[in-house]
Amino acid sequence: MADDFIYELSSPGRVGVALPDSDVPETPIPADTLRPELPLPELSEVDVVRHYVRLSTKNYGVDTGFYPLGSCTMKYNPKINEQTARLPGFTNIHPLQDPVTVQGAMQLLYEMQDMLAEISGLDAVTLQPSAGAQGEFTGVLIMRKAQIARGQGHRDKILIPDSAHGTNPASTAMSGLHVVEIASDADGNVDIEQLKAHLDDTVVGLMITNPSTLGLFDQNIVEVCRLVHEAGGLVYGDGANLNAIMGIVRPGDLGIDVMHFNLHKTFSTPHGGGGPGSGPVGVVAELAPFLPAPVVGLSAEGEYEWVWPAQSIGRVRSFHGNFGVIVRAYTYIRMHGAVGLRRVSEDAVLNANYMQARLLELGDYPVPHGDRYCMHEFVAQGKIAGAEGIHTLDIAKRLIDFDYHPPTIYFPLIVPEALMIEPTETESKETLDGFIAALTQIADEARSDPELLHTAPHHAPTRRLDEVRAARQPILAKTSA
Amino acid sequence: MSLNYPNDVRYAKTDEWARYDGELVVVGVSDYAQDALSDVVFVELPALGDVVAAGDEVVTVESVKAAAEVVTPVSGEVVAVNAALEDTPELINTDPYGEAWFFKVKPSDLSELDALLDAAAYEAYNAEREDH
Amino acid sequence: MRFTPNTEVDRRAMMKTIGIQDIDELFHDIPAEHRYPDLQLPPPLTEMEVAREMQEMAGDNAQLGVFASFLGAGAYHHFVPAVVDMVISRSEFYTAYTPYQPEISQGTLQAIFEYQSMVAALTGMEIANASQYDGATAVAEAAIMALNVLRMKRNKIVVSPSVNPMYRQVLRTYAQGMDLQIVGDDRQENDFHALLDLCDDNTAVVIVQNPDFWGQLHSGAEMQDLAEAVHAHGALLTVATDPIALALFHAPGEYGADIVTAEGQSLGNSLNFGGPYLGMFAFRAKLVRKSSGRLVGQTIDLDGKQGFVLTLSTREQHIRRAKATSNICSNQSLNALAAGVYMAALGKQGMRKVAELCWHKAHYAADRLQALEGYELLSDRPFFKEFVLRCPRPVAEINQYLLEEYGIIGGYDLSTDYDTLDNAMLLCVTEMNTREEIDDLVDALATFHQYINTEEVVS
Repeated sequence: MADDFIYELSSPGRVGVALPDSDVPETPIPADTLRPELPLPELSEVDVVRHYVRLSTKNYGVDTGFYPLGSCTMKYNPKINEQTARLPGFTNIHPLQDPVTVQGAMQLLYEMQDMLAEISGLDAVTLQPSAGAQGEFTGVLIMRKAQIARGQGHRDKILIPDSAHGTNPASTAMSGLHVVEIASDADGNVDIEQLKAHLDDTVVGLMITNPSTLGLFDQNIVEVCRLVHEAGGLVYGDGANLNAIMGIVRPGDLGIDVMHFNLHKTFSTPHGGGGPGSGPVGVVAELAPFLPAPVVGLSAEGEYEWVWPAQSIGRVRSFHGNFGVIVRAYTYIRMHGAVGLRRVSEDAVLNANYMQARLLELGDYPVPHGDRYCMHEFVAQGKIAGAEGIHTLDIAKRLIDFDYHPPTIYFPLIVPEALMIEPTETESKETLDGFIAALTQIADEARSDPELLHTAPHHAPTRRLDEVRAARQPILAKTSA
Repeated sequence: MSLNYPNDVRYAKTDEWARYDGELVVVGVSDYAQDALSDVVFVELPALGDVVAAGDEVVTVESVKAAAEVVTPVSGEVVAVNAALEDTPELINTDPYGEAWFFKVKPSDLSELDALLDAAAYEAYNAEREDH
Repeated sequence: MRFTPNTEVDRRAMMKTIGIQDIDELFHDIPAEHRYPDLQLPPPLTEMEVAREMQEMAGDNAQLGVFASFLGAGAYHHFVPAVVDMVISRSEFYTAYTPYQPEISQGTLQAIFEYQSMVAALTGMEIANASQYDGATAVAEAAIMALNVLRMKRNKIVVSPSVNPMYRQVLRTYAQGMDLQIVGDDRQENDFHALLDLCDDNTAVVIVQNPDFWGQLHSGAEMQDLAEAVHAHGALLTVATDPIALALFHAPGEYGADIVTAEGQSLGNSLNFGGPYLGMFAFRAKLVRKSSGRLVGQTIDLDGKQGFVLTLSTREQHIRRAKATSNICSNQSLNALAAGVYMAALGKQGMRKVAELCWHKAHYAADRLQALEGYELLSDRPFFKEFVLRCPRPVAEINQYLLEEYGIIGGYDLSTDYDTLDNAMLLCVTEMNTREEIDDLVDALATFHQYINTEEVVS
């Protein structure tokens, strides 16, 4: 049954929260400034609670079940993170308070900058960017400004492998730079010959995701970085896939100059149904003066203070970043330490390789790079032999009937019918086996009863939705029933 | 279902068609293009009076999952646009060579039409693309 | 390890299936000389230990509620009803990803659709998106959207000096590679007339704030005149606003704004030391194809039943890549959920009441403060919950005194951003400030004044 729309629940005169009367003498409000109408709903508190609780039951989260959504790192979100982030000493502080009154919060930010620098092998970190995409934008602006400072302001191109997330080219375009796409070679690495062909004195830098969106570690990464540096370029490392390599290798040691972190992926902060995230950016020493302002410093007297980097690209948002998200990620890192983080990455990679091996054994779902060990994720294809009319979308929708969240589908774009699977380290072998069993059954169904897949899901809160209708005549707001 | 390749238009490798009516060149997208896009949900047309050069991206066509830029195969001035597409973009799926024309250009260089493919050559070109 | 359930037995069984003896074999693509760095991180803590340590760190902060505060300037101390935290603590909401699979995401999708609907209602606009990162980036996105609407044929942006300085800084950060002219905010005195004088046929957008950064309220009629004049230049008008003020005063949609942005934190989100917040973003329907950010739309399923999906995504980076309207690929979904719950729970009457309390208390505070010798209000314009008080001494000095002697967190020092506004304090008073707190502030400043007088007499 469809849930009532919030305005349908409204009844004139109801109010969900009572507020005290004014304790000061009232000042008349000029009538000509008042709006004639305020079309908001009117509900009691119990109406509000029931409405949203019912809606929540139509959602699938990591706490509901297995969520192997490739490139999104849907790991379990420890509950202690929620408690620490809700400490009143963190939630009830204003971002513009005098630093002497918020030393605890600034200490946390300072230590977080340090820990991320250590994990990545970079020299300085800003916590300001709101999300991964904004971190990328920040990183590209930093590279651009650094090239200008080097007297290389004529450089205007960013090289991006064809397997990259769409945010890479979008962030580049927003920075006023041009995108040049580089093909991947047969092994899924950056094609070195192609790279060389494009490396000239118009290149600001290269953006590389390593491990790549194919789930593969680029075997030539050191050579790639060397070539780019030789040509006067900088290397941006998209940190989307950091979960595979914590304590295994540091991007900075490989030659990466700037990278962003996705605290909402790697460091277990919840995705919130699409946000908030947090996308800190780390850089090598040469780029530190260009970081967004302010960063947290420690004075000689031992006080934490706001510091404006000398040639900062500026602010990328209000205040100091998504502090509430950073508290959660800080809690997570402190609970793990170096040993724990390495174990996280090892198990993330082990789990992914186990699933890849099981799928290869099964044989129904091609794995284009199955001849290599994958990192924390791998890309299979929804091309089941003997079931030609079945597409990845059908398989994904059928998985919903087995109470799983489907993997990422149709990404990366360079793999047709892609099914991108990322189990994460927080899942047990039994869970992985259960998912493989479901895929096995679905492959059989695809051959014996394809209609069952075409019309899936059958046991979800709604059936397949008409996206064409939504886009042709958009209904994006309603204020009546 | 097989795709249509009418003989009264010429085709660009980027999937536009052009029809010269003795005065103006009418431009649309091919059956192959609409099939690849699937259900079209939105079209953004050029403005009347725009002066365009062959190869310029002048129209955007969107389906739910994809967006395609349509280039004009000929240079000249845009003298008519098919406003009906703004409300009923699905015409592109149902009648790509007829009701779903995009715009009309007063051509400045008719020889540009010679660079386009005839129906047989375009069909062969598509068959080759499908093999890859 | 607590969050990695594989036992040694599991690990061995999995390695056997993969065909390896040691996990190390999985990492052979990584250059051996860089493998397994010795990370210098603090030792791991148990839940009990980390909780204790974090509590200490949190305790080192002077929190609002314990300390009276008159700080606003873009982040506001408003009441957050219990129902908000209860809803956003449902882990079906907070542990979900972006609703890419609508069949199992109707909770998020409907909640966001309702948020969009209520924001559209509040701003008086036809469409609101699922939110931007915050109030500052919403302004930058509005500017880029205006450029796109005008097909990049104009490259001048006129912005008022009374737009929040952080919003203007972020706008300039975003624009640094775009070859734009951003003018209008170089002189603190520039009023609407001065801004209009800067408009020409190359101007894409005029950006103002109402109530403005200094708290001043511009009437609907005044705003309408501005909108008409901006439109006469073929440019768009963007208005940054405060959602609480909109519960009482004329909505931007009524007076002709094309794009409306706001910091949405005031709607049910704690201060959180600056984030996460949400950028409210609303606009006229005809601009939707050039808008940035996520949109939820209503549709039907195979059985004809009503449902919701993410829609018009061809504008976005995962399809358009370098040609996208923005690189944004998320929204502040959980914050928007909180804002939605807040608007639904307070509703028409509750929202008005909050706004009225802010008005009365701010005016009570302003009346009392300007009666003090040596203090004056900088403007005689109408204001909402913030106002500028000219002080006898630098604001930093007064604030230090307020904190040390009275435990009061004073207002914002406007000399940080404006050369011409020395000794000017931006004070914010909301429903959270009691009469007693306001009276204490007045007493404190009166005493400070006497103290200064004494000092002057002595010297």
